[in-house]
Amino acid sequence: MIFFRTLFKTKGEAISFAVFVALIAIILPLALPIFRLNLVGKYLSYGFVAIGLVLLWGRCGILSLGQGVFFGLGGYCMAMFLKLEASDPVSTSIQTTPGIPDFMDWNQITQLPWFWEPFKSFTFASCAVFLLPGLIAFIIGWAMFRRRVGGVYFAIITQAIALILSLGIDGNQGFTGGRNGITDLKTLLGWDIRTTGAQYTLYFLCVFLLLASALLAKYIINTRFGRVLMAMRDREDRVRFSGYDVAMCRTFVFALAAMLSGLGGALFVLQVGFMSPSLVGIIPSIEMVIFTAVGGRLSVIGAILGCLIVNFGKTAFSEAYPDAWLYLMGGTFIAVVMFFPDGLAGILDKSGTLKAKLSTLGTGLMKKLKPAESAEKASAAVAEIPKTAEP
Amino acid sequence: MKQRTPSLHRRLLPVVGLLALSAITASAKPPTSEVNTTGLAVTDDTVTVGQLHSATGTMAISETGSIQAEQLAIDQINAAGGVLGRQIKVIKEDGASDWPTFAEKAKKLLVSDKVGTVFGCWTSASRKAVLPVFEKENGMLYYPTFYEGLEQSKNVIYTGQEATQQIIAGLDWIVKEKKAKTFYLIGSDYIWPRTSAKIARKHIENVIKGTVVGEEYYALGHTQFGSLINKIKLKKPDVIYAIVVGGSNVSFYKQLKAAGITSAKQTLLTISVTEDEVLGIGGENLVGFYSAMKYFQSLDNENNKTFVKAFKDKYGANSVIGDVTQAGYLGPWLWKAAVEKANSFDIDKIAAASPGLELTTAPEGYVKVHPNHHLWSKLRIGQWGTDGQAKVLYESELIEPDPFPKGYQ
Repeated sequence: MIFFRTLFKTKGEAISFAVFVALIAIILPLALPIFRLNLVGKYLSYGFVAIGLVLLWGRCGILSLGQGVFFGLGGYCMAMFLKLEASDPVSTSIQTTPGIPDFMDWNQITQLPWFWEPFKSFTFASCAVFLLPGLIAFIIGWAMFRRRVGGVYFAIITQAIALILSLGIDGNQGFTGGRNGITDLKTLLGWDIRTTGAQYTLYFLCVFLLLASALLAKYIINTRFGRVLMAMRDREDRVRFSGYDVAMCRTFVFALAAMLSGLGGALFVLQVGFMSPSLVGIIPSIEMVIFTAVGGRLSVIGAILGCLIVNFGKTAFSEAYPDAWLYLMGGTFIAVVMFFPDGLAGILDKSGTLKAKLSTLGTGLMKKLKPAESAEKASAAVAEIPKTAEP
Repeated sequence: MKQRTPSLHRRLLPVVGLLALSAITASAKPPTSEVNTTGLAVTDDTVTVGQLHSATGTMAISETGSIQAEQLAIDQINAAGGVLGRQIKVIKEDGASDWPTFAEKAKKLLVSDKVGTVFGCWTSASRKAVLPVFEKENGMLYYPTFYEGLEQSKNVIYTGQEATQQIIAGLDWIVKEKKAKTFYLIGSDYIWPRTSAKIARKHIENVIKGTVVGEEYYALGHTQFGSLINKIKLKKPDVIYAIVVGGSNVSFYKQLKAAGITSAKQTLLTISVTEDEVLGIGGENLVGFYSAMKYFQSLDNENNKTFVKAFKDKYGANSVIGDVTQAGYLGPWLWKAAVEKANSFDIDKIAAASPGLELTTAPEGYVKVHPNHHLWSKLRIGQWGTDGQAKVLYESELIEPDPFPKGYQ
């Protein structure tokens, strides 16, 4: 019961979560044909990044414009494993060097590079999916938060990293598949991932992992640690003076968000069937921030709904108006800003004060169900700090 | 008078024949249950096909020509009675220059819309993204771009040239004409330029016995070629072999000209500049340089005159037609021919019927489908003029497509 209380502060929160679970786990699978459901699965894989951004951006006030890096790393780890499985000597017998991925053969590579070797193991690959992004985020985060790099500078650096990685992948096509990416993935441990049955299985796996991640995020937010994070966002120096290791807390959240993104990337690869640098660079990284902003950067469920709504809009508009859909998308973003101004206010609101209560697109709909998440909580956390910390 | 009458007759004869033929095919329209055994979107009167290009994003500027040419061909086929008596309906999808979107839309066209075929893709990356979808769902793709080869699929007909068709004859010509011995290879950094440069290097070193004095790649969208130009001035190659694509072309040729490297002093052969690119670069910036392509708008034959006129009537007098646009135009015609030969819309039957198909009405002259699903075609060398049109200087024999060239891998 106490655990339940930690997850859901109010009855309203619990109900909205239950409605959300029903939507993605029961209603959508029943209502949609498998092709559409597979698309929903793809959108939900972005949801992992959105959960990470809620923790990182919404709760810690750290805007990362490089989450595509971690999504991509997770995706590439999974894609490398699948590609090696698809490149057995029999099905690649037409190549000069059978048994290596086709794009390596096209680039005159005659031996599997050393860093590909471990990805022959499924255990290694599936651990690397979240450990590698986590480790890299930890190193980057530690280096930067130690030096108290924050705000705009942090965003710029993460964006630069996104650019470096996508250029690195592009420029080393013999090792990475280059601009084409890693394509033509077929089986996972002999199990054909392209069949209808497999796509249902992968969808429910994605839903299960997403809900687990969402609960983890909610748990973190509602514990004492979550409140400290919020206090750090609002009054960093006070928290530091009262003895908390700000850099370590932030590094932890950054690494956690990266691990979630990596997991999302792996599920993306399993459901879509390929990975390419176009999912790693600056544009997808910013898009993921937009999903989160539209949905609500303070609400875990809201952010996931943001991914669903924006991507559904993208698909629907582009199918109906292939020549004009980008204008419609742009118009929709403007409309969201105009009609739900607080939902996007966070981007401009540098001070991080919570003037915005809960009026974001996703959660705006549930306004009545959910009480306001307000500045009081943050100030409550700060209030714990002894008065002597005041300069 | 006596002389004119038979010639008028002769001119009318094909028209009458065509009308009669279309009347026969229309009246003898085979029942849908016979020509469509796999549940494609074919009714008694219509057949639905898909068109999947980038209408938005960075590739839109390149893909527009293909979209227009495919539409033109479909309109002409419909006006002439359709395919097996059925009018073609097109579902357009936007790949948005984004490879996952291409895969998503390809799947939508094949799974939800059950289209009879798809005309689409432009970049290699988009083709690689949709290829597994076409193979899994058993669809048919007509792909118009010249590309790197190293691929062959039952589910794709490649209407552009694969790399060896475009490269080898062009190099032989430049060696013969210019007595070239040294080459500088410059490309954008992705699979097509790299594979093309590899083939070019093998041919230069093993067959021509020349030397490659430099080989460099730049990221797509790169615009600073200053250091490259210095290296070119230092190495003084007989030929610059350029495989630079997209927006980089504009800076590349302008900076070459600004540095005094013009056709008066330097031979440059490119396999990546068509009339579409020249529109952006400006004819005055590459006047006198050579392109190796299978098609130029200025080709002097009856098929092409008719095609250019129809294209300009539909899309305006200022529109230009590049190699890929023409290859896009071939797609619907080749599909129609395959369907009629197979007397079926079934993908497997079209795939089986395609090898050996000939198209004598192609603007490029004559093409024939090879069993490897690529086209036999000629290579031409064009020299650019200030008006953005090329003067065709050389035309090869029909070249056999060889996507997995022995000795060039």
